[in-house]
Amino acid sequence: MQTLIKVENLVKRYARRNPAGGQEELLALDGVSFEVLAGSTLAVVGESGSGKSTLALCLACLEEATSGSIWLEGKDICKVAEKERREMRPQIQMIFQDPANSLNPRWRTLEIVTEPLVLRGGISRDEMKKQVYALLGRVGLPAETAKRLPCELSGGQRQRLAIARVLALEPKVLILDEALSALDCSVQAQIANLLMELQGALGMTYVFITHDLGMAAHLADEIVVMNGGRIVERGRAEEVLREPREEITRRLVAAVPRLTRSPLAPIGR
Amino acid sequence: MMRYFLRRLGHAFLLIFGVSILAFLFTTLAPGNYFDEMRLNPQIAPETVAALRAQYQLDRPLVVRYASWVNSLIHGEMGFSFAYNSPVAPLLLVRARNTLLLTVTATVLAWGIALPAGVWSAERVGRLPDRLISWGTAALLVIPDLALALGLLVLAVRTGWFPTGGMASVDFEDFSLLHKLRDLALHLALPILALVLSALPLLVRHVRAAVAEVLGAPFMLAAQGHGIPRRTLLYRYALPAAANPLISLFGFSIGALLSGSLLIEVVMSWPGLGPFLLEAILSRDLYVVIGGVLFSTVFLVTGNFLADMLLYWADPRIRTKSGAR
Ligand SMILES: Nc1ncnc2c1ncn2[C@@H]1O[C@H](COP(=O)(O)OP(=O)(O)O)[C@@H](O)[C@H]1O
Ligand SMILES: [Mg+2]
Repeated sequence: MQTLIKVENLVKRYARRNPAGGQEELLALDGVSFEVLAGSTLAVVGESGSGKSTLALCLACLEEATSGSIWLEGKDICKVAEKERREMRPQIQMIFQDPANSLNPRWRTLEIVTEPLVLRGGISRDEMKKQVYALLGRVGLPAETAKRLPCELSGGQRQRLAIARVLALEPKVLILDEALSALDCSVQAQIANLLMELQGALGMTYVFITHDLGMAAHLADEIVVMNGGRIVERGRAEEVLREPREEITRRLVAAVPRLTRSPLAPIGR
Repeated sequence: MMRYFLRRLGHAFLLIFGVSILAFLFTTLAPGNYFDEMRLNPQIAPETVAALRAQYQLDRPLVVRYASWVNSLIHGEMGFSFAYNSPVAPLLLVRARNTLLLTVTATVLAWGIALPAGVWSAERVGRLPDRLISWGTAALLVIPDLALALGLLVLAVRTGWFPTGGMASVDFEDFSLLHKLRDLALHLALPILALVLSALPLLVRHVRAAVAEVLGAPFMLAAQGHGIPRRTLLYRYALPAAANPLISLFGFSIGALLSGSLLIEVVMSWPGLGPFLLEAILSRDLYVVIGGVLFSTVFLVTGNFLADMLLYWADPRIRTKSGAR
């Protein structure tokens, strides 16, 4: 397998007003480097505020990194011109934590999934409609949800819809920022299974961001642990869970419910 | 749809009915009436005044007068003007048309400017252009409408760029159609400018705030991430998502612009409802006052009704909720 994403020394600095009224710099990402193999899953684990979402936004070109590079198949996506970047965007897609907010609340399922198809263009309206229904089926949404608004769907259905929408763009990389965290346990498992099944079928590469080390170990091939904007530990999923080296990782391991800590039975693999 | 529509329509009629009763009550309770001055005039016999009062039913109980007013409303008269010695409705219609011309043009223009300006500003929150707009609107906000209108009048007199009163030039009737339109536009310019300038700052600020709030929403990020062009993002995604408070503001702005129009009309001698009503109030021309109030109410209610319909059309979530009921 070859490297699909290579992140080098990524730094993101936010200017923030402190309570005293002065400007204050905040290093959300402090020299992050890693690689992800094509078709694999990298889990990024860390406590709240460790910089995970910032990393996700930088990867998806939704935030501009202060310095460093992100290579996608040998192209530095931070350096390309805006026009070219827009053409590259579909390749890296993101799923957000709260599907209720990440779907346009005024659009029906049909419109939501049609939009990226319109963006890609080149096919007729009828063909689009057919593809939308195919995509809905693919993520396990019944056809009748096509006429529903996001507020009429359950949390799990909304996340499925968010997945269907990005699938329409045929992305190479899917960044999942706490994509399961807002869901109930049983729904989490269903969506996790769906994600693995889709990865098997389509060969997508996942960057799975979570504060739940158990879920990370369950889904990922490799894990990096972040703290204070840095990667403090990395390794194969089972190893990190079994023999955490850093204090922060041990804390994360301790937060994993005992039942799921071991044995690790990957589902659908 | 039909139910929502009918319910709103019902509300609108109830409101107009209520206002007509209130207008009746207040104009009757206010001291004095049109014939008081006649009574003081020694050349007019008290019997004549009494006969006139009887002719206009001023000596009858309120309920009877209200009933006969409603009756004349149905016949398209809206009562009788003492001063003009003619039914009220035709008098009002001409002036109302002129006021509508002012208010509607100002509303369209104000929103036509406020929407792009607000979106443009929201896209640049905190940067220099946005701050310039914020300062500009803040400065406009603190100037009272009246001062603004007077300032513009002075400017027009000094420069002679615009006519400073009325609605048409003296020889308007002899102009060709194109010339007529040009003349009208020139006369409209000043009052419209005053109205737009007074309404604009509030509108721009609200549009900016509403759109800026939406721009940070995850679904906007998601759409941006798909590679959707900036302009589409702003006008097809952000603006509709920010529309609900703005549509309510639209309803409100019609009211503000209407009352603004009445004031500006008096200052700039625009032959609309404003000066007409003022005159009627001063001379206690009862039914003209009531008719004017009613006209304004109908206009306001229509504006709000339009806003409601717009809201219904713009937000499918309302449809789903009212459909379930
Ligand atoms: N837009 C922003 N402006 C200023 N500071 C930010 C912004 N986004 C994130 N931060 C700060 O960066 C740090 C990392 O945040 P984040 O990436 O959201 O962490 P996580 O997703 O791991 O909880 C936090 O201290 C947060 O306050
Ligand atoms: Mg986060």
